[in-house]
Amino acid sequence: MRRVAIFRLETPISEEDIRKLRVKDTIYVTGTVVTARDEAHKRALEFLRERRRLPVDLAGLAVFHCGPLVRREAGEWRVVAAGPTTSARMEPWGGEFVEGLGVRVVIGKGGMGSKMTEAMGRFGAVYGAFTGGAAVLAAESIVKVRGVEWLDLGLPEALWILEVKRFGPLIVAIDSHGNNLYSDVMRQVEENRKKIYRRIGIKAE
Amino acid sequence: METQEVVEKMAVHLLRLAATELPRDVKEALRRAHREEESENGKTQLEAILKNIELAEKTGTPLCQDTGTIHFYVKAGAQAENLEKIEGALRSATQRATTEVPLRPNAIDPFTQKNTGDNTGRFIPYIHWEIMPGKSIEITAFPKGGGSENACALGMLTPGEGVNGLKRFVVDAVIRAGATPCPPTILGVGVGGGADVALYLAKRALLRPLDQPVPDPKVAEIEAELWEVVNMTGIGPMGLGGRQTALGVHVEWAHRHPASYPVAVAFQCWAARRASARIHSDGTVEYLTHRVR
Repeated sequence: MRRVAIFRLETPISEEDIRKLRVKDTIYVTGTVVTARDEAHKRALEFLRERRRLPVDLAGLAVFHCGPLVRREAGEWRVVAAGPTTSARMEPWGGEFVEGLGVRVVIGKGGMGSKMTEAMGRFGAVYGAFTGGAAVLAAESIVKVRGVEWLDLGLPEALWILEVKRFGPLIVAIDSHGNNLYSDVMRQVEENRKKIYRRIGIKAE
Repeated sequence: METQEVVEKMAVHLLRLAATELPRDVKEALRRAHREEESENGKTQLEAILKNIELAEKTGTPLCQDTGTIHFYVKAGAQAENLEKIEGALRSATQRATTEVPLRPNAIDPFTQKNTGDNTGRFIPYIHWEIMPGKSIEITAFPKGGGSENACALGMLTPGEGVNGLKRFVVDAVIRAGATPCPPTILGVGVGGGADVALYLAKRALLRPLDQPVPDPKVAEIEAELWEVVNMTGIGPMGLGGRQTALGVHVEWAHRHPASYPVAVAFQCWAARRASARIHSDGTVEYLTHRVR
């Protein structure tokens, strides 16, 4: 195995770029990132099933699990704070979202499960973990709000189309080769659980 | 100035302080965690956290985009005047802070999914009342993030499981939560009293500063042991592996029914926001958690 490395990706991101990445690598994204949370995922998949075109083409882009805190100043939207939300909630729709819409990087926190890991392996996409709560750090690398769609879902749930510069650091936590850093950590945690049980005087079943 | 005006102005200020600047004890705990973390991924996360705190403070920006559901804990002096005006003042302070700080609108009708847009709604902000002697009023603004709230757990254990069962329940809750509550977290553990009381105590335990020891030695011992074992899980900062899973464990308890052993765990993310102030009877305001310039 090669050593972990730092990669700079620019949208539209190609499959080739993605296949180079391995878990624990660090990436920075420049270009277009689109936010999507629960409601946006639900609606996007409705569009996909009805073969309707989304208001923004996500092919080659990064999707960010985030409900940003925004402010309107002199007729322009500005992102004040934009940390990631828990990605696990998007797991039921995640695989279809990536493969059906051509997303190359999914940014969030807390990781995703086996369905997403399999979809990312098939299609060629990665999951980049951004530090949860580090919302000002994220906002710093958002150059501009290019647009917003589906505002009827409410400010946090809308699709925010963001122009970003060196957005990161993102730790590659799921790569396109079937590796999932969170599952690796949790396997170790299961081993540790047994030790802890012994320590506190609980018999393991 | 009228009570309502004083309280409203102060509460807007508390909400701003809470959203943009962590209390001193939390900042210190995060710096210690960064020093002591050995995992490379974990250290990277803590570095980003410390950088984020600094940026938020410098620019007066909310440190997390999830500015939470707003709770207020009010300790009202029994002889304080105009107590009936406080609720109204806290509601309008919440609306004002939503546009002025700004805060993300986080109050949604659970049936229609409609967002009220100003962080107020039915029972929200939630106000916890306590009566104390005297004329002063102490108010804590406590914005609670959704990610950590989703990890909260309640167990109605059998008395036979006892203290060991309690410890196991806490460890299991932390492992089940994994990365989702944004570790390193603060854990509030409520024991006894009944289901609602245990959950109430668990959340209230999060108000205690991390550097304030608990006076009861038997509780202190359990807190220390729980903290140690939770940090043996290996979950680490943001669940990417490491030693620093919790910044502290706080236990609060009530006597229990002979048939029940309720245990509740409340999770607080690393962005453990809270801000308190006291209004004296002469109308002067004293800030308790933050240095106010």
